[in-house]
Amino acid sequence: MLYRTAGQFKTSYEADFALFPVRQDALLLGVILLFAWLIFPLTASDFAFQTLLIPVLIYSLASLGLNLLTGYAGQLSLGTAAFMGVGAYACYKITTIFPGINLLVALALAGFFPAAIGIVFGLPSLRIKGFYLAIATLAAQFFLVWLFEKWAWLYNYNTSGAIQVPNIRMFGVYVAGPQAASITQYYFVLFVVCLITWFSINITRGRIGRIWKAVRDMDIAAELVGINLMRAKLSAFAISSYVAGVSGALFVFLWRGAAEPNLFDVQLSFRILFIAIIGGLGSILGNFLGAILIVALPVVLNWIPGLFGFSIESAVLQHINTMIIGALIIFFLIVEPLGLARLWGIAREKLILWPFPH
Amino acid sequence: MDARLDLAGLTGARDPIAHGDVLLDVRNVSLSFGGVKAIADISFDVRKGEIRAIIGPNGAGKTSMLNVINGFYTAQHGSIVFRGRERRAMKAHEAVGQGIARTFQNVALFKGMSTLDNIMAGRSVMMRRGLFWQMLRHGPALAEEIEHREKVEEIIDFLEIEHIRHTPVGKLPYGLQKRVELGRSLAMEPVLLLLDEPMAGMNLEEKEDMSRFIVEVNRQRGTTIALIEHDMGVVMDLSDRIVVLDYGKKIADGPPEAVKTNKDLIDAYLGVAH
Ligand SMILES: Nc1ncnc2c1ncn2[C@@H]1O[C@H](COP(=O)(O)OP(=O)(O)OP(=O)(O)O)[C@@H](O)[C@H]1O
Ligand SMILES: [Mg+2]
Repeated sequence: MLYRTAGQFKTSYEADFALFPVRQDALLLGVILLFAWLIFPLTASDFAFQTLLIPVLIYSLASLGLNLLTGYAGQLSLGTAAFMGVGAYACYKITTIFPGINLLVALALAGFFPAAIGIVFGLPSLRIKGFYLAIATLAAQFFLVWLFEKWAWLYNYNTSGAIQVPNIRMFGVYVAGPQAASITQYYFVLFVVCLITWFSINITRGRIGRIWKAVRDMDIAAELVGINLMRAKLSAFAISSYVAGVSGALFVFLWRGAAEPNLFDVQLSFRILFIAIIGGLGSILGNFLGAILIVALPVVLNWIPGLFGFSIESAVLQHINTMIIGALIIFFLIVEPLGLARLWGIAREKLILWPFPH
Repeated sequence: MDARLDLAGLTGARDPIAHGDVLLDVRNVSLSFGGVKAIADISFDVRKGEIRAIIGPNGAGKTSMLNVINGFYTAQHGSIVFRGRERRAMKAHEAVGQGIARTFQNVALFKGMSTLDNIMAGRSVMMRRGLFWQMLRHGPALAEEIEHREKVEEIIDFLEIEHIRHTPVGKLPYGLQKRVELGRSLAMEPVLLLLDEPMAGMNLEEKEDMSRFIVEVNRQRGTTIALIEHDMGVVMDLSDRIVVLDYGKKIADGPPEAVKTNKDLIDAYLGVAH
């Protein structure tokens, strides 16, 4: 009777619009938020922040960006990493041009650059679909990474060709750069991720989300209910790239601390795509589940041999990691295209009925 | 019963054309695909407030005709006059703004969305709140959402699909999908509703329900309906006037009695089982 819905009636449309029509879901979210905002940061070690907590959040956000485009609007993209890169470089330039700028403001502004470039590279989607569109976004991927390398202005003409995050303070506390403490960075990332996730949930449930899903499910019918396909697709590219761009800026400024152009290569794009697929296309929750799995898997694999008192070469562990992810991708593509989020949905439905199976 | 769709005020205010006047005038329209002439020089009109059936054997050009009317195809010759305005080419998504909605011969719903969202999607163009308010989903955006939800709930009540409100339409049986699709087109509050075989593949009971809905929409909302249907019983019952197409040509046009008694027609086309 964990998930008892009896006795919970909806008395108004507003109540029916509630994110969690079932009270237990709201409770569960409360518990998760409690862990994220209090229990983890109070207990985590530096190692946990840097290898688990912060990357999970940033990858979730990147995957969310991709998911808005691919999972909701149905436009496949292999260029996520490049848009992340545009966000990171834009944030870098903004903070060099306006040294005293609040980092949150810099991030918010930086997102507009990938958004604009996303629109440009989204133009082919007005003509082509699916596989062919994916190839077109791949062109964006290679072109932009090439640009990151060749356009020295982007990295302030550093001889290394890399960008180095300076020490940045917000309200007197270091939030980025070598001086920043992990816990501060974690809270910063957590705040941004929570905010954008909340906005995304709202967008996907309202008019814009319905338009995207309509285009995804049947574009001809969408057009004949009056939806302007061009605006629908380009808005998806813009918003998706904005979110991806912000995640890219976080990736460099709040986690890695430095970036070379090839950090944003196609491998990262695929990694994000795998997170979205394993987590579940067309689900917000899925991004988090997918990111947890992808980020935690190698860490857990590293532990296991020690637990049983033997050791495995790290190269072998990496291969095992790759194999497991490959197997998961195949499993989800074939058996459960809606990913971990769908598996959770099924489990939840079972819990609602439990212990009465009818 | 009659209050359920709050219909009286809706269309009168929207349309200057009086009941019984010509709403849609199809003038000498021709359309071909490569060598195939789907429509050859066809003219007919649809009057405000009537149910106009378009019948004919498979491949006669009926669906193509609807596609020309709502701008999905552009006729190579001839023109369309709708509500007094003549046009040749237009973008498909503009039809809704002019007051034309349609359903499809093969159900064209948004499979991954619920019944409710499918019908709400029909009101997308009437909703205005931009990205900022959508992000917050509060204030004006929520008010707008509720306002349209109320309209959609009226349609859901009317079509008796309350129980499948939150079901993804991909999981619904075919008959219910057709009903949801009708709901989506009603949500657009059209002046002219184009229905492409709304009863295909339905059993008798479902057909009766669907006929009832069509008549009620026509009577209560005053919506003009152009209907393609193969079931002659239904066509004779529902329609005010019938246009008969064959191989892209118009071969008859008139009230049901006239078409019914046209023996040649019955022998040549209507007797044929489809
Ligand atoms: N997009 C298209 N491309 C090529 N030919 C087409 C296309 N659409 C229709 N046709 C052809 O035009 C002719 C008329 O087709 P249409 O679909 O309008 O017939 P219909 O009267 O609706 O038939 P049915 O009762 O089978 O639905 C047919 O010969 C068809 O093959
Ligand atoms: Mg047809």
